[in-house]
Amino acid sequence: MLSLSVNGESHSVDVPADMPLLWVLRDVIGLTGTKFGCGIAQCGACTVHLDGQPVRSCVLPVGSIGDKTITTIEAIGNTPSGQQIQQAWLDVDVVQCGYCQSGQIMSAAALLKRSPNPSDADIDAAMSGNICRCGTYVRIRAAIKQAATGKLDILQTIVTSPEGSAS
Amino acid sequence: MKLKTGKPQTAEQIDLNRRHAIQSGGLAIAFLWLGGSGIASAAINARRQPGDAAAALADGNPAFAPNAFIRIGTDGTVRLVMPMVEMGQAIYTGSSMLLAEELGVGMDQITVEHSPPSDDLYGMPLLGGQITGGSTSTRGTWQVLREAGAVARTLLVAAAAAQWHVDPSTCTVDRGMVHHTPSGRSVGFGAVASAAGQLPMPDKVQLTDPKDFKLIGKPLRRVDSADKVKGATQFGLDVRVPGMKIAVVKACPTFGGKLASVDDKAARVMPGVVDVLRIGDAVAVVGEHFWAAKQGLEALGITWDLGENANLTTQQLRDALAESALNGKSIVAREVGSRPADGKTVESVYQLPMLAHATMEPLNATVFVTSDKCEIWLGTQVPARVLDVAAKITGLSKDKIIVHNQYLGGGFGRRLETDSVEQALALAKQVSYPLKVVWTREEDIRHDRVRPMYHDRISAVLDANGRPAWYGYRTSGGTVLGRWAPMAMGKDGLDSDAVECVVEVPYEIPSLKVEWIRHDMPPGLIVGWWRGVGSTHNLFVVESFMDELAHHAGRDPLEYRRALLQKNPRSLALLNLAAEKIGWGGQPLPARVGRGIALGEPFGSRVCAIVETEVTPQGEIRLRRAVVTLDCGIAVNPSSIEAQIQGGLLFGLSAALYSEITIKDGAIEQSNFHDYRNLRINETPLVEVHRIENSEAPGGLGEVGTAIAAPALANAIFAATGVRLYKLPVDRSLLVQDANALKRVVSATASSQGRNDA
Repeated sequence: MLSLSVNGESHSVDVPADMPLLWVLRDVIGLTGTKFGCGIAQCGACTVHLDGQPVRSCVLPVGSIGDKTITTIEAIGNTPSGQQIQQAWLDVDVVQCGYCQSGQIMSAAALLKRSPNPSDADIDAAMSGNICRCGTYVRIRAAIKQAATGKLDILQTIVTSPEGSAS
Repeated sequence: MKLKTGKPQTAEQIDLNRRHAIQSGGLAIAFLWLGGSGIASAAINARRQPGDAAAALADGNPAFAPNAFIRIGTDGTVRLVMPMVEMGQAIYTGSSMLLAEELGVGMDQITVEHSPPSDDLYGMPLLGGQITGGSTSTRGTWQVLREAGAVARTLLVAAAAAQWHVDPSTCTVDRGMVHHTPSGRSVGFGAVASAAGQLPMPDKVQLTDPKDFKLIGKPLRRVDSADKVKGATQFGLDVRVPGMKIAVVKACPTFGGKLASVDDKAARVMPGVVDVLRIGDAVAVVGEHFWAAKQGLEALGITWDLGENANLTTQQLRDALAESALNGKSIVAREVGSRPADGKTVESVYQLPMLAHATMEPLNATVFVTSDKCEIWLGTQVPARVLDVAAKITGLSKDKIIVHNQYLGGGFGRRLETDSVEQALALAKQVSYPLKVVWTREEDIRHDRVRPMYHDRISAVLDANGRPAWYGYRTSGGTVLGRWAPMAMGKDGLDSDAVECVVEVPYEIPSLKVEWIRHDMPPGLIVGWWRGVGSTHNLFVVESFMDELAHHAGRDPLEYRRALLQKNPRSLALLNLAAEKIGWGGQPLPARVGRGIALGEPFGSRVCAIVETEVTPQGEIRLRRAVVTLDCGIAVNPSSIEAQIQGGLLFGLSAALYSEITIKDGAIEQSNFHDYRNLRINETPLVEVHRIENSEAPGGLGEVGTAIAAPALANAIFAATGVRLYKLPVDRSLLVQDANALKRVVSATASSQGRNDA
């Protein structure tokens, strides 16, 4: 039995130590917000935070985690940078199919916590491990900048949020 | 556009449709080519249909369900059932806006639902079935969904007016309420839902005047964004059913190969492994979780019967295709006038590769088969086709089968196929528990139904001014349509998709001849729809060639195109706007930086892209900027239009820069994102989208950006280097500045000036 701290809750799981965290989260604990995209740390869809640092859970053996705390997309909104990023993602309306966006948001939230006002180069470095096949990259960059500065930095449609808009 | 639904078409109506289809293009052209008979019958309807009662009953039996799309409860909740599937293109938002606008509710007052499988209730008029593809969704439902909303509003108003004993025309509707201003009375939709449900269908309904639109035309937030940013959206792979086990599958790597034998002794004793299942061409290990199943799969000793393609290579396919292109029998798709005897002739050959889809969500399906019932959970672009294959494979009647569609983690045409769910059904019917069958990324790429490879010869005869007096096009490749919808093949067996965007070009060219040579791939190598398909391929060839002609004529590519667009003001306006926005002809560009133009009219829209790129001395591409101008007619949601064009363009640039599926020993060589590269954010330029607004009928969007990307890139590379690319993906070795360049370190200048997005 391993004990994991996930989103502030303790979970006891009976799994092999070499099992990647991704599958423990998805198939054992039942947190499916973290996605499977490649299984070899190439696409970033599985990104979670380990003690606040972004890691690729698809190649992280669960036995190596010890007592470090795990945060997933389901709880990142409880952190200041996660909340800012999620709000900017809504304001710029980043998502398309949405499958990669859990990982994108986890990478972006970690970036914003580390670099409150990231440059383009900072964004490239932090986000280039996350693939989006829909090609939402232009809006991802706009949303990160907006989350940091609160200002519209890139030519970009900002969705209106009157009473007629989805909440 | 007038869509015909539910009634037999007269010859005249069909001709109208056919003409429209030619204008609108894409998959639609192929289906409407059918004429009066065939499959183009089932389609969505604004009014209650025979199948609606059962559908509404299965959907919670709401008090008011006037058609297949709107459900209103006595508590006033409004649920909207989405005819088209959501794979990122924002059609759930667009469809909801059309319905909500006419119904009289805000987007914050609705919830959306996936539709059950039914061609009759949710068939796309332009495709003849419940199919999301071909950039048809808005084009094909724009009118009927508005009318569906208006039917519901009319009935709710009638019910309220009857209660109040007033004339319905004196009532208004707003945010889910009916108002009678003269008497100061108001009532919520919920309170009149039951009464409205008893009323007969109205014959005629009044659609909202576009000047009074509250939702349509506004950049509204997507209905699925809030859940997607929280990881709360359920995709097919996220489905969890009580008692479910997980299967990881491996199919024979060669095309058409079979499973010979499996030694599963080691796998069966592994912890967490539940079972080992076999079908004709694949083996699956079932586990308590994915990891156990995958470990079990790797412990199998598998012997394959590699079949007749065991030695197949890409080069063999290429050679055979080139031979067909040269000597094969062609079908003439369109011929106007004849080739002039005099004039300079320019001719080029272009080749395009096979491509994988690589949707971010690998293919998967969850299936539970019992003796008298089958339930399926998956994300598919073709729910009704899934129902068909499930009935065939399980032997159950369709009323015993439930298909729960899910959000799709990308489609791009891959989920127009049913191969993975057919496999899942064959596996799941061997076991007594619900089975989630998951394809690893490796399986997803190696068993993709790839975009066909193409070999195209394009030629032109130029007049004394260097303008094309005639163009000839001979394209050859496999046919997707011929397998996927053989009934929709055209006259003489023409695949209209294969010649899309080349039978008609935006330019004034007096005569032309367009031919297609069908070249089938070996059995087992199945080609499929891939975002933009024919248009993506043909626009690369035609627009690269237009640049070649400009070069031969000694003209600026912008001026050369302008001169040929004098009778096409809509496309000329796009070209001029794009040139203005990027500053064409302004400040001189640095060395090895170039801009490339591409213009086209794919999927019923008009689009122009100008890409600006640097090519390093080492031959690497650094995209600096892209400007896209678009005329898609009436805009439902400008925000999602911009997103589709940006994303579509990047999808096309990604493929042009990196993507090619190759074959060795009868199997696809690529397997994951390390060897099937995709564009990343650090390689992405700013993409500006500028839309020309008008009130023309809506055009398609999902594939438009993709179709225009590659030629703009190739033309920019030519402008930067003088090297014309006749093959995709981009071959960097052709772009190296000199023999020593590869030895030099990439200059600091190149990396710091690589992007221009501040």
